[in-house]
Amino acid sequence: MILQARHLAVSIGPHQVCRDLDLTLAAGERLAILGKNGAGKSTLLSTLAGLRAADSGELFVDGLSYADLGLRDAARIRGWLGQDHSDPFASTVLEAVLTGRHPHLSRWSWESPSDARIARAALADMRLADMEDREVRTLSGGERQRVAIAALLAQQTRLCLLDEPLAHLDLNHQIATLELLSLRARRDGIAIAMVLHDPNFALRFCDRALLLFGDGTYLAGPVADVLDEANLTRLYGHPLRRLATADFSQTAFVPE
Amino acid sequence: MPSRRRALLVLLSLASLAAASMVAALAAGSLALPPGDVLAALAGSDNVAHAVVFDLRLPRALAAFACGGLLALAGALMQVLLRNPLADPYVLGISGGAGVGALAAMLLGLAGLAVPGFAFVGALAAMLLVFGLAHGDGSWTQTRLLLTGVVVAAGCGALVALILTLAPDQKIHGMLFWLMGDLSQAVNPLPALGVLVVALLAAIPFARELNLLARGADHALALGVAVPTLRRIIYVVASLATAVAVTTAGSVGFIGLIVPHLVRLAVGNDQRLLLPASVLAGGSLLVLADTAARTVVAPIQLPVGILTALIGVPVFLTLLGRSART
Repeated sequence: MILQARHLAVSIGPHQVCRDLDLTLAAGERLAILGKNGAGKSTLLSTLAGLRAADSGELFVDGLSYADLGLRDAARIRGWLGQDHSDPFASTVLEAVLTGRHPHLSRWSWESPSDARIARAALADMRLADMEDREVRTLSGGERQRVAIAALLAQQTRLCLLDEPLAHLDLNHQIATLELLSLRARRDGIAIAMVLHDPNFALRFCDRALLLFGDGTYLAGPVADVLDEANLTRLYGHPLRRLATADFSQTAFVPE
Repeated sequence: MPSRRRALLVLLSLASLAAASMVAALAAGSLALPPGDVLAALAGSDNVAHAVVFDLRLPRALAAFACGGLLALAGALMQVLLRNPLADPYVLGISGGAGVGALAAMLLGLAGLAVPGFAFVGALAAMLLVFGLAHGDGSWTQTRLLLTGVVVAAGCGALVALILTLAPDQKIHGMLFWLMGDLSQAVNPLPALGVLVVALLAAIPFARELNLLARGADHALALGVAVPTLRRIIYVVASLATAVAVTTAGSVGFIGLIVPHLVRLAVGNDQRLLLPASVLAGGSLLVLADTAARTVVAPIQLPVGILTALIGVPVFLTLLGRSART
């Protein structure tokens, strides 16, 4: 198990995100975290990333707690993509992606040609190969998001926690990003947990789903079991129906 | 792509600029010396040129270099700490505290080392006050730190105004000079130079972590940076650097704000290069400004703070206009 949470309780301010959460994530597994705005998806994800403390319960990454791992070793196993990519100072796209190499460098070493190769490969994976010299503050929101994902890929971690990786992306890049992450999970055994807003993407690109209902209760399981009309209607507080294509090869949840 | 070789080249050219500014500072003045004679004057003894260069101009030029370097370093660090390009070494009230201390010493009629001594105590008091208040709930967000600093600075400004109001007329001239920044009292440059070296050596090992902190605290934390510890180190280093600079030369303005921006425009925002380059550029700029301050309207000496602000305001506005267009 790369990630293991036992009896985890998480809250933010007066709001209870989850109580008694048991969750495991094995190599190559993809987990979707779904819920309304304010249900606590980001709070839970940053707790799983070790960036904030849980109220109670245990959390293990590669069998060790974050305290036992230490910040630097944790950063070589677990990558985290946040929602906020504000840039108060100028930098190039390549420099932004090279930040992902930080945990792999010692205090006095500078980025080597091999670090640059890894960063450029990540840029190519995010279809940004010709943009390495662009200034990040001149990028569009979607391009900036893809640079942030490239930095996460350059970090080369076995556990990737992504908070709304599809934010600002057009449909084409949404699919491309999800396909790339799925490929990494399948080929390299990377475990992925990501906050998504589209249950159809969760159904198609994830193995399991975690539904946060916003009152401290949750539902977790294989996407085929958990994602149905009743659960999603309860989750979003809006009726959803499942429609199928004429040949039943694909189904989709549609809000009524 | 950041590389060591490019960093060394940039630092070498800035070091030559620093050397050239020192030569200019040693050569210029009421006894004008050709640059060739400066070395001879330094090497020789028992003549007027030696006394002028070695006893008068060299300590003052070295003090100017140290203060310029300290302020530029503190400014660059504060801008990362607060993730705000408009931050400068004085934004958190350090110079305000030093000003209250220095003016109180002058008001009490103390002279000599009492003025810098009181200034340093005032700076430290402001630093500890801001640190303690901003740390109140343990969260230490940059907004809380910035607000606390700005409020403490405003309080110090009121105390400075109060002391100026109470002070007898014959003391006001010296007080105003101190407030505007003035190197004519700087006799011993060694403490400031020593602190400059120590502060730079303390900050450089964290330079790559500062690059990450500039992009966001959570981002840095997820990449393995011990953010709370790093923030404390940076706050203490920047505050002490500022305290020593204002103790030596008064509140010299604009160096700490514009030099990091000038360097950033020229070489980018990699702190591994930005921090040492800012030290060299800030030191050189203050040496040149001080040389101009004591020669342009000689025999009258201007407070160097007036010249750094007169140079700094148009340069900064131009930079701001350029960055708004790109």
